[in-house]
Amino acid sequence: MRRLSAYGLALVSVLFLWTAPAKAIDIQEVVSPGGIAAWLVEDETADLVSMDFLFRGGESLDPAGKEGLAELVSSVLDEGAGDLDSQAFQRILNDKSINISFGAGRDSFSGSFMTLNRYRDEAVRLLKLALTAPRFDEDAVERIRGQILINLKRRETSPNAKAGKALVKALYGDDPYGRPGGGTIDGVQAVTISDMRNFVTKTLTRDRLVVGVVGKITAEELRPMLDEVFGGLPEKGDVPVLPPVAASSEGGVIVIEQDVPQSVVAMAQPVEIDRHDPDYYAAYLVTHILGGGGFSSRLTEEVREKRGLAYSTYASLHDTKRSSLLMAGVSTRNDAVAESVEIIQREWAKIRDEGVTAEELENAKTYLTGSYPLRFTTTGQIAGALTGIQYYDLGIDYIDKRNGYLEAVTLDQANRVAKELFDPAALTIVVVGKPANLAATRPAPDIGG
Amino acid sequence: MIRMRIPVYLAAFTALLVLSITVRDADARVFDPETATLSNGMQVVVVSKRSAPVITHMVWYKVGAMDEPQGKSGLAHFFEHLMFKGTEKVPAGQFSEIVAKNGGQDNAFTSSDYTAYYQAIAADRLELVMKLESDRMRNLKLDPKEIETERQVILEERRSRTENRPGARLAEQADAAFFMNHPYGRPVIGWAHEIRDLTHDDIKGFYDRWYAPNNAVLVVVGDVDMADVLPLAEKYYGSLPVRDVPDPVAWREPPHQADGTVVLHDRDVTQPSWSKRYLAPSYLYGATEYAYPLQVLAEVLSGGSTSRLYSSLVVQDKVAASAGAWYSADSRGPATLGFYVSPAPGKSLDDAASAMEAKIADILSDGVTEDEVERAIVRLTDAAELAKDSFQGIARTLGAAVTIGRSAQDVEAWPDRIAAVTIDQVNEAMRHVLTDQGALVSKLLPAETSTQEGETTGKGKS
Repeated sequence: MRRLSAYGLALVSVLFLWTAPAKAIDIQEVVSPGGIAAWLVEDETADLVSMDFLFRGGESLDPAGKEGLAELVSSVLDEGAGDLDSQAFQRILNDKSINISFGAGRDSFSGSFMTLNRYRDEAVRLLKLALTAPRFDEDAVERIRGQILINLKRRETSPNAKAGKALVKALYGDDPYGRPGGGTIDGVQAVTISDMRNFVTKTLTRDRLVVGVVGKITAEELRPMLDEVFGGLPEKGDVPVLPPVAASSEGGVIVIEQDVPQSVVAMAQPVEIDRHDPDYYAAYLVTHILGGGGFSSRLTEEVREKRGLAYSTYASLHDTKRSSLLMAGVSTRNDAVAESVEIIQREWAKIRDEGVTAEELENAKTYLTGSYPLRFTTTGQIAGALTGIQYYDLGIDYIDKRNGYLEAVTLDQANRVAKELFDPAALTIVVVGKPANLAATRPAPDIGG
Repeated sequence: MIRMRIPVYLAAFTALLVLSITVRDADARVFDPETATLSNGMQVVVVSKRSAPVITHMVWYKVGAMDEPQGKSGLAHFFEHLMFKGTEKVPAGQFSEIVAKNGGQDNAFTSSDYTAYYQAIAADRLELVMKLESDRMRNLKLDPKEIETERQVILEERRSRTENRPGARLAEQADAAFFMNHPYGRPVIGWAHEIRDLTHDDIKGFYDRWYAPNNAVLVVVGDVDMADVLPLAEKYYGSLPVRDVPDPVAWREPPHQADGTVVLHDRDVTQPSWSKRYLAPSYLYGATEYAYPLQVLAEVLSGGSTSRLYSSLVVQDKVAASAGAWYSADSRGPATLGFYVSPAPGKSLDDAASAMEAKIADILSDGVTEDEVERAIVRLTDAAELAKDSFQGIARTLGAAVTIGRSAQDVEAWPDRIAAVTIDQVNEAMRHVLTDQGALVSKLLPAETSTQEGETTGKGKS
């Protein structure tokens, strides 16, 4: 199922994929002598180690006018550190097939690391250097900045990217969540090397760190490795925690004209529900029934299977620590946009008014619980899940309990929650393309480009 | 530690049911596959991977877009969609729903060379997916109404993947211009006008012609072994009748003698790009002895940011924002060795393209270095080890290899064969491919810089 990549709440999608319990997964909590905590799953299938880590605080904290700072840092951290310039650093990574990469999310700055064990010492040394002694040589910074700017320019004519940008701007306005993920052209141009150095010292700190490790490595081996990689980071950083923010419930239709054969439609309404809400799993299940993957959702049935209006259509629950949305999307030929949007609005009202059936609920539960082990098929996936669970404070026994939370949702609860959550009038709908027979009811927000 | 749960199947392993069995290779190096062939000729490949209690179950058919009749482009892919539209026992839409109710995920894909269907599911549901998959190998119903609705879905898929994207439209045109005779010049999804015209008879004929157990490969990767899989495979797939499957046309490409250039201008293009492609041998086509050396060459040219092209054009000369090469040996027909470049901010596409042409000329005259070859070989063989991490990756690698007519043992031998490649072989393979005629250049340009129109016909190489 396609998702709008423009709305890059990366952590959330990791957790959405994280659905059922694998009692077979044995998580150890490891604390290094230096006090660095990590969750570890030993897996001896291949002679390698995967590590996933994140620091709380992501691109939402980019200063106004410097949108793209976190993105730029994430792309330059592996471009030279310590005595190694960009090519020297990259050469060791390449020659030893070591994967070190960083990413900027809305609310986190993440890293992933994978190495064959025979190169582990070297890989650890390089990761430590990248985190603690990045060079930010002008040459490398300008090269990467140029590449990021090219991508940002490309997004200015991509219907998918434009729809995502306009939607978050309409929903969140001037809040950092209203910014396009990945930064802006002006912002990226304005970032200085000194901004980047500041970012590293303030944001990459031990108090914001979460670590997950999977592979052929024991707790005894991991402890010194944690100190080696992360021990040199500052203990605390002076970074604010942003307060929750409610998305606009104004609703309405925004049309951004672009001469393409297929319109891209993205829509969302705010909801007040987070990971720790007792109704979270009920909301998750009903949204899955409306537009989730795995089998014919109501939207797929109505839009694709019955009428052939689209290749893909979806609905999903997006929740972060700051805000939650019910989202939906469809891509369809220009003369079918009005009909497709109408179907989605109708289904939005129908699930609110009539709820779901016992059979639908049961099917959603068996799919979401049964497909759980499929999320553990690579070490990198498992490591990512370990950090996601820690980030959301779901508890080390979450994997064992997760299916139980889903199973416990009753039909009455699901239908009460559907009635409370779904509100077609609050859907802000963005269309990028040349839709026939669908008029805008409000002006498009300024998304640049 | 991720523990395994070993499924218990009552059916005992019965040697009588199979025509041939290859037991594990003693010196297996990559995935350690077990292989067998059912009594009706269906090939079976199994890889035990016990790191999670799940399996990936795939059935690959030795038919792809290249096997479509002329004028029927998109048929193989259209048919793949229709495989989800029901049989007597499993009505339309139920296939994926049954898989989902059992906690599984399913999908399918079509390439020029093959079509494959897969389910990822708990290991104890192996029998269920075999029952479902074998049913639709023979008993598919093709309801005209379902066909019409799905035709619209596929046209939407084409709009999403191709028509809304200038780069994808250029790629489609470039393939069509490059392959003069081989059906690789047709888009896998099909031309829109031909998708519209495909008939029920075309579709039924395609099914009857190609979908048979003796034209299929079963691949299972996960918390099972051959002793678990084989009795079930024989029960569900082995019981299907052998059918006459025609030999696919062995399309050959005539010599490429004229250079070509295709140019696409579009107002939605913000970043121009350039590519140049050469006809190359694959594992199965042309001078196949060059297939391994060419993989080493591609790694030298394009493997990571210290590779020859990125480090020189992007890092040192700062003329390009991206630069690299591509080559894949895994095809029934001819392969392509291609180069691509996109200009750095402030540089023109011509600057970047000339710089790339100069690099190609340098490599041709001086060859690659001993050091480059050694490093590329280490990276490639390391990659084989890292590939063990992914169920899907294992199943796809083995499935594609066996389906196009190679063997699981070829996949196992890959690191050894890569390691045996010498610098002389790399240089010889390169000179064989980078000939001075018949390459195709493609350019993606914004609408406003339309000064270069008129280049759509052949022109000499710079």
